[in-house]
Amino acid sequence: MTDPTDHRPEANHDILLKMRDIRIDGYSDEQWHPIIKGVDLTLRRGEIMGLIGESGAGKSTLGKAAMGYTQPGCKLSGGSIMFDGIDLAKASDRQKRQLWGTRIAYVAQSAAASFNPAHRLIDQTVEAATRRGVRPDAESRADAVELFRALQLPDPETIGNRYPHQVSGGQLQRVMTAMAMSPRPDLIIFDEPTTALDVTTQVEVLASMRKIVEEFNTAAIYITHDLAVVAQMADFIQVLRYGEEVEEAPTRQMLTRPEQPYTKSLWSVRALEKPEVKGDDIVLSIDNIDAAYGPLKVLHDVSIKLPRGRTVAVVGESGSGKSTTARVMTGLLPPLSGTVTFNGEVLPAALKDRSKDQLQRIQMIYQMADTAMNPRQTVEDIIGRPLEFYLGLKGKEREERILELLDMIELDETFMDRLPSELSGGQKQRICIARALAARPDVIICDEVTSALDQIVQEGILQLLLRLQKKYNITYLFITHDIATVKAISDEIVVMFEGKVVEQGLKSEILSPPFPDYTKLLLSSVPEMDPDWLTNLLENRDI
Amino acid sequence: MSEQPETYAAAAEVGAVRKRRTAWERFVLLMKSAPPSAWFGMIVVSLYILVAIFADVLAHYGEAEIHPVPFAPWSDEFVFGTDQIGRDVLTRLIYGARNTMGIALATTFLSFLIGGGLGLVAAINRSWLDQALSRFVDVLMAIPSLIFALMLLSIFGSTVTSLIIIIAVLDSTRVFRLTRSVAVNVAVMDYVEAARLRGEGLGWIMRREILPNIMPPLVAEFGLRFCFVFLTIAALSFLGVGIQPPTADWGSMVRANASLIQFAKYDITAAITPLLPAAAIALLTVAVNFIVDWFLQKTSGLRE
Repeated sequence: MTDPTDHRPEANHDILLKMRDIRIDGYSDEQWHPIIKGVDLTLRRGEIMGLIGESGAGKSTLGKAAMGYTQPGCKLSGGSIMFDGIDLAKASDRQKRQLWGTRIAYVAQSAAASFNPAHRLIDQTVEAATRRGVRPDAESRADAVELFRALQLPDPETIGNRYPHQVSGGQLQRVMTAMAMSPRPDLIIFDEPTTALDVTTQVEVLASMRKIVEEFNTAAIYITHDLAVVAQMADFIQVLRYGEEVEEAPTRQMLTRPEQPYTKSLWSVRALEKPEVKGDDIVLSIDNIDAAYGPLKVLHDVSIKLPRGRTVAVVGESGSGKSTTARVMTGLLPPLSGTVTFNGEVLPAALKDRSKDQLQRIQMIYQMADTAMNPRQTVEDIIGRPLEFYLGLKGKEREERILELLDMIELDETFMDRLPSELSGGQKQRICIARALAARPDVIICDEVTSALDQIVQEGILQLLLRLQKKYNITYLFITHDIATVKAISDEIVVMFEGKVVEQGLKSEILSPPFPDYTKLLLSSVPEMDPDWLTNLLENRDI
Repeated sequence: MSEQPETYAAAAEVGAVRKRRTAWERFVLLMKSAPPSAWFGMIVVSLYILVAIFADVLAHYGEAEIHPVPFAPWSDEFVFGTDQIGRDVLTRLIYGARNTMGIALATTFLSFLIGGGLGLVAAINRSWLDQALSRFVDVLMAIPSLIFALMLLSIFGSTVTSLIIIIAVLDSTRVFRLTRSVAVNVAVMDYVEAARLRGEGLGWIMRREILPNIMPPLVAEFGLRFCFVFLTIAALSFLGVGIQPPTADWGSMVRANASLIQFAKYDITAAITPLLPAAAIALLTVAVNFIVDWFLQKTSGLRE
């Protein structure tokens, strides 16, 4: 821990939080299962510790344990949590309540769900400080305005008078940071505070959070699965897996010289980038599509061509018409005008007029694997149905093919009789991929298939999709708002904005200057694995 | 999770922890978690079912067998006495379990078949068909059902078949409403869209994609509907248009012996006699409701 590049403050080296041999058990299915298996964590004043790991690694559980809190259904079964001389593991609820909200604060992932919609923002911001008697109400309110200003919220004087639904998601997340900061806590726990935000908004929130934490010399634990984000925020990084510590090191050292094989595997997946190949054999195209939901017109003269065996990425923010384009292709939304052409023949506009063979050739994978699979069907039923339906496979043939498909998606036969609720997020999405593959399609439409997943799991899915494309010459239409994903998987890119195609071309053409304004903003907001990236960006962009 | 590879692997991702159990183990666990009220309900319902099945063995006399003494007092020969034309009350109570419960069960099944089927179609279709069905159901529901049933029964006659069909149709309106409202939430899920994209027909989507996901509220509703149907039949029988003599039925038994209640000051047992079938109805209703309550509580997490 004597890295020369480490930029923790020289003064104030005293230890604020010392967690030793933390063990937490969770109760499910009439049994206690270990969730955290003996993890140590040390935090000095003014330091930011990044906790990263896959979902289910125990990040959030450990973060909450730093407050001496365990979720219902969990219990602390061992270890000590020394916070400034108080052992939170043994402290009474009353003692802990006095610390929470004043000396230890928590910023949750979903700000929208954490605010009371019936009260004004400022009232909620100062509530903890006023009610715990940190300072008089009037001072707290004046201070809150200063915090709003420090967090670069628009109209800091008056924004507090609004209600939670009157500000954007990114602003709300910043108000929540102000709320946590208001009593001047010694420790703030950020639990994935930017995960739910757009990439362009995330930058602003990150910048203001880091600024304010540095300004008040507050210690923080920053929980995330986004490696690039943690690189911007943390002084130290601790990697967790299966409730155990894998590795802990100062950020720069961790980024440049990870020691454990697991950490290395995390780092290497970031580098995924597919070499682009131009394709001329058009398998599916839509031409001059206009489409509307009732009176609301959402697509204006959209034309997209998919070359066989290539990936076309459609990027754009929410509401730009990406998913509607997919619905037109699949026939779910018949267009007002324009045609969908597949292998040279014009497809009927509506789903019910398309033949079974035409349906089989175009498959779809959804964003939320949770809702894309029937919770009452086993993996065998889910993958087996297209085999029965399109290919007429039965009995042993069907079973063998299911096993082959499971093997393709890197799962094994133990998954056959599982229900979707018994799978992790990444595994669910893999099963959805297998279901699409089972039909032996020419084209797979992937609608934000990785955006609900952890970064590590995301990369696994992307690699799988690339490998399958190579092997079976499948064409992907890949809808996403994440430029990193686009870089990893696409050959061609279509940029959409307000229902129109802004740009369309090979990846190298779109991702090199000159950029239209929107493309530029999108590109510059993607965090990189360089701890100085945010600092440099802010200097250049001047938010 | 026994093996833990050193690098990332899809099969080693941490999913929800869940132990595999056999159906029997799950059943035992479920029974262990049942509260006393549910146990009471299950025991009572099982007893009723046993009585209904073994009515021929349990009853001393025939269902319509007439003895010389009407309104006989309680005795060893006639445990609960005889009714107004000299039939053994205990025997009629036992046969009444079979008749009333059998008819109520058949009616409830039929109403779920009609209401559930149409509700699912309306939820999936969501076009003019949904509108037409829903408005028609609104019209039916606007008419007080007991009066409507009385009217229809006097038109079509009080046979068991017409009784079952009329009550089932009137009751299916409620089932339709419930099924439609829960199925609408499921019908917009991606997996239903995926099935439609696959080219599946209406039947598959109804039975395989939606129905399994709306079962818990429907099963709970089945229990409640059964009680209501049961009470409706008893009420209609009491009014004289339900199950017709000589078929034994609890509702008509209450009516037939109702006048005995005024002899309470002379012989308390005589006053109790007309209350026995009423008590049988009440006990079963309470028992079924206990089970439904427990079931609803268990599955309320699944209802969303």
